[in-house]
Amino acid sequence: MSPSIPLQEMIRAIRSARTQCEERGVIQRECAAIRAQFRQVDNGGARSHNLAKLLYVHMLGYPAHFGQMECVRMIASPRYSEKRVGYLGAMMLLDEKQDASLLITNSIKNDLAHSNQYVQSLALCTLACMGSAEMCRDLAPEIDRLLRASNSYIKKKAALCAVHIVRKVHDLGELFAPAARSLLAEKNHGVLHGAVVLITQLCERNPEALERFRKTVPDLVQIMKGLVISGYSPEHDVAGISDPFLQVRILRLLRILGRHNETASDAMNDLLAQVATNTDSTKTVGNAVLYETVLTVLDIKSESGLRVLAVNILGRFLLNNDRNIRYIAMTSLQRIVGTDHNAVQRHRGTIVDCLKDQDASVNRALELSLALVSASNIRTMMKELAQAASGIFHAAERYAPSQRWHIDTILHVLTTAGGDVRDETVPNLIQLITNTSELHCYTVHKLYRALLTDISQPSLVQVACWCIGEYGDLLLKGECQETEPSQVTEDDALDALETVLQSHMSSPATRGFALTATMKLSTRITENVDRIRSIVSIYGSCMDVELQQRAVEYNALFRKYDHMRYLTSVLYVIGSNEEAVVSISVRCSLQVCDLLDLLGGSEEPLQPSTALGLPNSTSTAGGDLLDLLGGLELTPLAPGLTHAHTHTHTHTHTHTHTHTHTHTHTHTHTHTHTLVETEREPEVKNLTKTKLQTETSSLRIK
Amino acid sequence: MIKAILIFNNHGKPRLIRFYQYFAEDMQQQIIRETFHLVSKRDDNVCNFLEGGSLIGGSDYKLIYRHYATLYFVFCVDSSESELGILDLIQVFVETLDKCFENVCELDLIFHMDKVHYILQEVVMGGMVLETNMNEIVAQVEVQNRMEKSEGGLSAAPARAVSAVKNMNLPDMPRNINIGDINIKVPSLSPF
Repeated sequence: MSPSIPLQEMIRAIRSARTQCEERGVIQRECAAIRAQFRQVDNGGARSHNLAKLLYVHMLGYPAHFGQMECVRMIASPRYSEKRVGYLGAMMLLDEKQDASLLITNSIKNDLAHSNQYVQSLALCTLACMGSAEMCRDLAPEIDRLLRASNSYIKKKAALCAVHIVRKVHDLGELFAPAARSLLAEKNHGVLHGAVVLITQLCERNPEALERFRKTVPDLVQIMKGLVISGYSPEHDVAGISDPFLQVRILRLLRILGRHNETASDAMNDLLAQVATNTDSTKTVGNAVLYETVLTVLDIKSESGLRVLAVNILGRFLLNNDRNIRYIAMTSLQRIVGTDHNAVQRHRGTIVDCLKDQDASVNRALELSLALVSASNIRTMMKELAQAASGIFHAAERYAPSQRWHIDTILHVLTTAGGDVRDETVPNLIQLITNTSELHCYTVHKLYRALLTDISQPSLVQVACWCIGEYGDLLLKGECQETEPSQVTEDDALDALETVLQSHMSSPATRGFALTATMKLSTRITENVDRIRSIVSIYGSCMDVELQQRAVEYNALFRKYDHMRYLTSVLYVIGSNEEAVVSISVRCSLQVCDLLDLLGGSEEPLQPSTALGLPNSTSTAGGDLLDLLGGLELTPLAPGLTHAHTHTHTHTHTHTHTHTHTHTHTHTHTHTHTLVETEREPEVKNLTKTKLQTETSSLRIK
Repeated sequence: MIKAILIFNNHGKPRLIRFYQYFAEDMQQQIIRETFHLVSKRDDNVCNFLEGGSLIGGSDYKLIYRHYATLYFVFCVDSSESELGILDLIQVFVETLDKCFENVCELDLIFHMDKVHYILQEVVMGGMVLETNMNEIVAQVEVQNRMEKSEGGLSAAPARAVSAVKNMNLPDMPRNINIGDINIKVPSLSPF
């Protein structure tokens, strides 16, 4: 039997492995040795080493379940070093679902009554970590005893253990309530902290306990006062603030006790005002306490002066240099904007300024600004918010004074900031336009004009192309009430679409839109069908596979199944499914027609509605279509998937359950694969002793 | 409540993982990977709070992290914890490690994983903050380490013997024995 190498040597061996495979080999050898050693009866001092090694291997992700029984044995050992590792192993490897966990209940019980407080603390820690409901019920009286009669080290651990017990078994809350109450008289901050956490837990679980603990509000206020105005106490002092952690805990408890209750809230008003004004906000710890105070003030029934003070503190936070503070200020303002609308309105300027922040989390400023938008100030706000495109759409939807204004705004945003909008904007906008039937004419004219001026914004161009394809007849008719009449000939429209197709600025997705639009126009115009045919056939030999595929299919429609072209006019399915659906449906329609031909086919042109039975403008139309076509074999996608197409494909798959599901699957698979590979990098081997930056500059000494 | 504490390096290798809620082994590794993925993408000048990943569970969880040299310290907490407080707690934990290991660096965490766990046990217990006073934590850890050392196997036996004898209560040796006229002077022996 090879002598067991201590933990460090094994770690060194693992780290020196050059490949994943080699590492696995080393670990497997080690695990085999450990397993063998576990089977031996007594190993002397090596037992704790073996379990420690196993825990290390477990952290790296290798199976370690065979160590469970060893943990149980180690816990029962009389030696402290073995108990220590045994309990650690129990917390990492065991949980209440494993049978082995029941076996340690007795050991824990014995250790809770041990003469050595550190053994007791090990047992308490383990129970608090993985104690099951039965274990908790079994050992609760022990914990209660420890809560009352032991030293402060054990008391604070027992308090947190009690919290765990109450979480697992709600009824036992009753058992701990009296002990919790008496703990508030302790001087030791650790014990106080534990007591406050326990009381918080009891109050949250049980409304009766909440009632009873309201009587402790004066005591809590007393303790807080002691912390806030007391003289310098070095052991608890953090940058001039006495035990900020405890202060924060007590403030949270006061919040729970004061909620919906006038008397309790009154009792704390003075204290909260004192904390709010006296706490030094130049240090970060001070800010933590201030923040908690603000939250408490806003949550209880405080007087209005205090509330305004609280909101002002939040407003001040927004100007703080520390982005973490700005973040939490923004979050809180968001939560209260519903109730204290006017107070937050006063800080609107600062909030809108925060939009310029690069940090996306702080950019909740946008959501907050939108929440501040109301019917009265919407026009001015929109100008200020022109940069942040996506949220605007939601606000515009809610408060738009008129449909036309709504569409105007969105077009304006697309023209100025089209590059930043999310992908869903295009289909959403298309849906909006479709629904506003009275404005089709106006919209298509505006978009056509926008297209003439600038084809650099992809979202705008895509929507414009779609509109021209869809409502081309309205465009060509020329007259429109809402805007000046303009003469747009068929050639002009086709020119515009061709420009998009040929421009190097157009992405493949945009070109797809343009090509489809051109195709659609063929049913809406009378004279230039040949031109369309030539455009489409040109793209039959395009380099882009996706475009080529479409062009070929459209060509086929022209050649063989002229009547089926009208299908494309019916297919104004909404959603990003559109492009996928169009191409799939065209392909399928070609196959259907081929099939019919083979069967001796019908003479009369297929009615579009019966052939594919598409419902109008539902986002699941794609799904219905594919369900209907479930019997047909879909031609596999061209390997050269463009980005847009992949995107739409994943989209379709959320709605359908067909065999094309495999495509998404492989896509994500490759993604995770590369992630795993990057873990094994050579730099890890040359790990020199890099000093851990103890950022003394931040929290503590600011 | 703190749901998990993860320490991993800039390449995503775990240095310490502690879950206060049960997850199966493969879930644990997946959570580590996902957390690393989320946290490593963050710029250095953004805030230290992240809305939690989908795996650890739902909208109530946040990831609060700090980046020290080559290590990320990530605490996954729910809404009952104060975010700024947890940030400060991470600082306390790191400073405690610094005190216990003397200029702690990543290698210390790698080779003394069990010791780091014991230190963490004095700071966070069962997912709740236990003690935030650095000196108190360090003192308790040192006592326990001494206890463990004093037990240690055969090599400790001579040391144990010496300390046992040292602690023996030897009665005082009289300096002068006076029996009538005879005066015997006792030579002074060096203290044991």
